[in-house]
Amino acid sequence: MKRVQFTINGDLYEREIHEHRTLLHVLREEIGLTGTKEGCGAGECGACTIIMNGVPINACLVLAVEADGTEIETVEGESKSGRLSPVQEAFDRHHAVQCGFCTPGMLMTIKDLLQRYPKPSREQIIEGIEGNFCRCTGYEQIIEAVLDATGQLEEKGEIKHA
Amino acid sequence: MLEQIPAAELRYVGKRTPRIDAKEKLTGQATYVSDMVLSGMLYARVKTSPHARARIVSINTEKARKLPGVRAVVIGEELDYRVGLYVVDKAILARNEVRHYGEAVAAVAADSIEIAQKAVDLIDVEYEVLKPVLHPLDALKDDAPLVHPNLGEYDYMEAAFTPKPGTNIANHTKLRKGDVEKAFEEAEWTIEREYTNPSVQHVPMETHVAIVKWGYDDEVTIWSSAQSPFTLRNLFCTAFRLPHRNVRVIVPHVGGGFGGKAGIGIEPLVAVLSKKAGGAPVKLTATREQEFSLLPCRSQLTYRIKTGVSKDGKILGQKMTMYWDSGAYADYAVNVTRASGYSAGGPYEIPNAQVDAYTIYTNKPFGTAYRGFGHVEFHWGLERHMDLIARAIGMDPLEFRKRNALREGSTSLTGEKIRANTGSILKCLEAAESAVGYGTLTEAEKARQEKTGMKIGKAVVGLHKAPAMPPFTATAVILRMNEDSTVTATLSLTDYGQGTYTSIAQMIAERLGFPIQKVKIAFESDTDHDPYDWQTVASKGLLLSGNAAILAAEDLLKNAYEIAAQALRCQVVDLDHDAEKIFIRHHPESSVTFRQLAIGYCYPNGNSIGGPLIGVGRYIAQGLTHLDKDTGQGLPALDWTYGAHGMIVEVDEHTGEYNVLKVASVFDVGKVINPDAVRGQAIGGMLQGLGTATCEGYIYDQEGHLLNPSFTDNKIPTAKDLPLEVESISVETPQIDGPYGARGVGEHSMIAVAAALGNALQNATGAQITHMPLRFEDVWRAIQRREPVDNWITKSPYGSCRSAPEVQRHQQQEC
Repeated sequence: MKRVQFTINGDLYEREIHEHRTLLHVLREEIGLTGTKEGCGAGECGACTIIMNGVPINACLVLAVEADGTEIETVEGESKSGRLSPVQEAFDRHHAVQCGFCTPGMLMTIKDLLQRYPKPSREQIIEGIEGNFCRCTGYEQIIEAVLDATGQLEEKGEIKHA
Repeated sequence: MLEQIPAAELRYVGKRTPRIDAKEKLTGQATYVSDMVLSGMLYARVKTSPHARARIVSINTEKARKLPGVRAVVIGEELDYRVGLYVVDKAILARNEVRHYGEAVAAVAADSIEIAQKAVDLIDVEYEVLKPVLHPLDALKDDAPLVHPNLGEYDYMEAAFTPKPGTNIANHTKLRKGDVEKAFEEAEWTIEREYTNPSVQHVPMETHVAIVKWGYDDEVTIWSSAQSPFTLRNLFCTAFRLPHRNVRVIVPHVGGGFGGKAGIGIEPLVAVLSKKAGGAPVKLTATREQEFSLLPCRSQLTYRIKTGVSKDGKILGQKMTMYWDSGAYADYAVNVTRASGYSAGGPYEIPNAQVDAYTIYTNKPFGTAYRGFGHVEFHWGLERHMDLIARAIGMDPLEFRKRNALREGSTSLTGEKIRANTGSILKCLEAAESAVGYGTLTEAEKARQEKTGMKIGKAVVGLHKAPAMPPFTATAVILRMNEDSTVTATLSLTDYGQGTYTSIAQMIAERLGFPIQKVKIAFESDTDHDPYDWQTVASKGLLLSGNAAILAAEDLLKNAYEIAAQALRCQVVDLDHDAEKIFIRHHPESSVTFRQLAIGYCYPNGNSIGGPLIGVGRYIAQGLTHLDKDTGQGLPALDWTYGAHGMIVEVDEHTGEYNVLKVASVFDVGKVINPDAVRGQAIGGMLQGLGTATCEGYIYDQEGHLLNPSFTDNKIPTAKDLPLEVESISVETPQIDGPYGARGVGEHSMIAVAAALGNALQNATGAQITHMPLRFEDVWRAIQRREPVDNWITKSPYGSCRSAPEVQRHQQQEC
């Protein structure tokens, strides 16, 4: 067991943890922040993406002891003010959520993307979310939501009638 | 249509409406079973078979039992239960024999997942490895080992299925219409070919997960990532011989299903662990690897089609033979066989038809429902075949389709009359045709060819599907008015991402005339609290539950009007209402608010009448019949949704590499209830279809070991795999018995995408590919006219794609 401290979404947490536990499991099972999801446990699907010290990571590939002293951001922090973030609002408008299981990881990836590219092109968005699997939406409405959130959506992505 | 409101007067139906569950999911607050922890909960792990077929000589669990923190260890020998959806053929844990790689042989519940895993590792299983039967055509040989020697003793649903004891055939579906042999004699051309596709995995982002508490007096509570709580309860109670009242199934949010969570899965195993652990709740979360092999997949299909065509390009007769690889258990594969059997000709008129569809047991992970329910698989063959025929007879492939398309007055394979209101495949084909500029290249496309050196090809394919369900499929919705006159609807149709709940909320708001903000659809389904629904499958949810929701709203209004009439001392016929109140039409100042009526109306002196306002809506599929077992004739289809995909690809002829430039997907949805939801289904399903077309598929070695149960080795589409342009188009031919004219479209977007790709590639390069997936090397081989090796990755004849030469030879003798 090892005592670790980290800041999650601005709040300080201190826990006695087993050295072998991943940050994902500690977040979900010991801290109780279950917004971050586990899709594969092997760093392949991106569902567990969080931001640690400003860098997006797969929480399933990081041991919790490695997070000692870090600043962590998870999906729960995005609406802490009681209001959805502009990206969350755009996801809502564009049906960029279906089953919702990839959504938290997707949002954190996009948060990082927008910090690097405040007005990302369609290609940059695709490149940015490439590591986050979504099996439901086919990604198009997610891409449109990001374009809309950054004031770049030209077409409203409507269904056409024959 | 239960409702006849002119489109211009609709306030919610057909209008852009955000999903009712989006905010909860966007904030990370939506609860999935994988997020749940109950007090005193134990964690389970499963020991799985490393062999495809083996006799279990012994299982030694002594070391595992002695490990501190282990609360229960179970093996198959101690479990005298059998489970099955249509054929009751599966033990909870393998007994005596393992039938597929990854099958569960023992399980542990312990204080932590780490202890449970350690205990599983300490269990020693001694196997006598047996030669597996891996290809369905091998399984049909006389000397093939039997996967289920006791098939004749199993219970099965006799009205729908025909197992053949003493063989590996779990079901044989037959359909006979007209005289096929005579049609072939009269035909100018007869064209025959075989098409294959591998097993694939659904890949819900949330793997299967269940928590079960087997309480005192056999009161069992199940929390599961299940699509169909009532069917789960029914199958569970049948297996454990428990009264239905004893078992409660709760389904909170579910992280995707796609059919893979439709029936019963890991719940019985978790239940026996809980029982053995003295009633502690036990949680089992499938690992991603187990999702590929412990849990079911989509069946492999070998589809042989022989078509007779007249001089003027009309199909005269078609013989269709399907070999469905069920894997080790029948599960949904028998019904996939049945449903694809009666739809096997696609949206085309075939006056003389013969279908023989077999579900065949093999020693592989078993097949189940998967979005499209067989139609993705057989449309691959069928829509490739339509192109092959057109080319052979010298006709444009799209023109050939149009000439043979079902239309008013046609009869389906089962003898159903197609009517104008059934929908229009022609309109779908035409819309796809114009969306991709079929038949020509634009100047921009020609310039692109020049610039890239790649060749551009185009294709348009058609598709159809009806819900595959029993004729007595039923559902209900209960609508309760809350004290403040908001309403809460409960139903046990589940929404694991499709967005059906939002569409139902729109319909309830529409019918009540209430703002949608006043309507809540309770997200957690619970068999103790919610009314019955058969299953959430088959693209039938919107139609059946939508109708039930409208009826529930009408019932609630009727009950409210009756109390209002007493309160206002008038007749019900004189009343009308708005979002807030019920009033007398000719004295609108005489009114009573819904808030006053919600829990019972109270007169000024305190006398009260009525009671809490509740509306009940029940709906059952109308007029369907079982199919005749010898001829397949009858009425199986609640509704037919027609569709078409147009596709543009560019191919490098030297390497086989290709890019999908555009996909336009068109569906005759009857009526769009929620445009963004329809579009989400259209694009999401299209990309899922493109995944199975381009890169997905199970790969086995010669011993039947699954070699790619991970995302590293079984890729699924990422954002980079999205075509450069996607377009979603709706045709609206109202469904007479659909809510506001709507019909289902959840599965259809995935169907025939692979064939569109195959046809567009052939259009560009001449490459003839008859197996899925179409990897770059497969395309290159086809361009080079090299015989496509079944599976060039492992050189195994039992791999992801095409039949091996010796199997093909066997088949030709068979046919």
